[in-house]
Amino acid sequence: MLSKEKIFDLIKEIPDPEIPVITISELGVIRDVIVNGENVEIKITPTYSGCPAMQQMENDIKAVLKQNGISDLKITTVYSPAWTTDWIPEEAKEKLRKYGIAPPEKTTEDKSWLTGKSKIILCPRCKSKNTKLISQFGSTACKALYQCQDCLEPFDYFKCI
Amino acid sequence: MNHLFTYTLRLADNALVLGQRLSEWTGHGPFLEEDLALTNIALDTFGTATSLMEYAAKVEDKGRDADALAYRRNEREFTNILLVEQANGDYAKTILRQVLVDAYNVLFYTELAKSKDETIAGIAQKAIKEVSYHYRHSSSWVIRFGDGTEESHNKIQDALNELWRFTGELFEQDETELTLIKQGIAVDSKAFQSKWEKQLDELFAKATIKKPETVFMQTGGRKGIHTEHLGYMLSEMQVLPRMLPDAKW
Repeated sequence: MLSKEKIFDLIKEIPDPEIPVITISELGVIRDVIVNGENVEIKITPTYSGCPAMQQMENDIKAVLKQNGISDLKITTVYSPAWTTDWIPEEAKEKLRKYGIAPPEKTTEDKSWLTGKSKIILCPRCKSKNTKLISQFGSTACKALYQCQDCLEPFDYFKCI
Repeated sequence: MNHLFTYTLRLADNALVLGQRLSEWTGHGPFLEEDLALTNIALDTFGTATSLMEYAAKVEDKGRDADALAYRRNEREFTNILLVEQANGDYAKTILRQVLVDAYNVLFYTELAKSKDETIAGIAQKAIKEVSYHYRHSSSWVIRFGDGTEESHNKIQDALNELWRFTGELFEQDETELTLIKQGIAVDSKAFQSKWEKQLDELFAKATIKKPETVFMQTGGRKGIHTEHLGYMLSEMQVLPRMLPDAKW
């Protein structure tokens, strides 16, 4: 049987189904790998409660492990601790920016939005600070829609939660 | 009586019915961004409903899965509160219904996250972040409608007049709740009722609208006694699994 680390290595590079420039491990979805004899359990946590990509991620994990001879597999969903964009490492945020998605700004510790102050979101294309919120909700559950007032490009912002 | 099952199913029914109502706007929103917004909110709400429904099925342990609970119960077996089943009406009414629920949910899930039942606490921790975001959306629209034009002001005021009578149920407690509150599992919603009212009063003041003075609060949802709207909604929601049982995608 493969070790816990080996199994993690196999699945960590699986790309996110909706944002393929980052991996599911960078996203922080994989919470634990438990090896018990021939049985493998992968614990995952959903980004958003209703994120339709979660099923795809489960299928992708199953497919990769099956190719590597692991069939006695259980994938369980854990809710606590709740997923946060704080788990996304800086390198992955940079990949998002290059892909045209503004990464989550700062951390969830920043509560200034509660008092009505909106964060400054940099345009991922021209780095301008002169951007405005078009819609709190965007093309997927994890994103909001912004527009750059300088280069005029609309862009997705990965919501900070 | 299995109180934990009853309680979990109530929460699941609230989320499922509200999610279904919101999803009715998909493709019909007043403009593209709001269409996406309500669809996204519906998706989050369905997500919470799924987690709760799956847990309810597990707690009941009688061979019914989440789908059986969602698709094979009749109107009288649904235990959601009346507010969430009210028809969408115009956009102001949908938004007003949403703000009443969102403001409640932020407080409710914050408390539920401390539940001694680990699964319920975990689902609640997840939901807090989402419902807080929903509240930002719905509350900003209430203000926009209220201090907008005479037409938009009247629409949101009418919605408040019509829906306020369904808010009493948010704070009702029966044997199931009282038992589970003692066990540290359920939320004592009465403890934050005044906070909820104050928060909404401030919002309504900003929006220059007033809640009706004396209202007879409607009740019955938890006992399965619903307004006429739920039956129509369920018939549409359940038609496919009823017509083709066990159909798979």
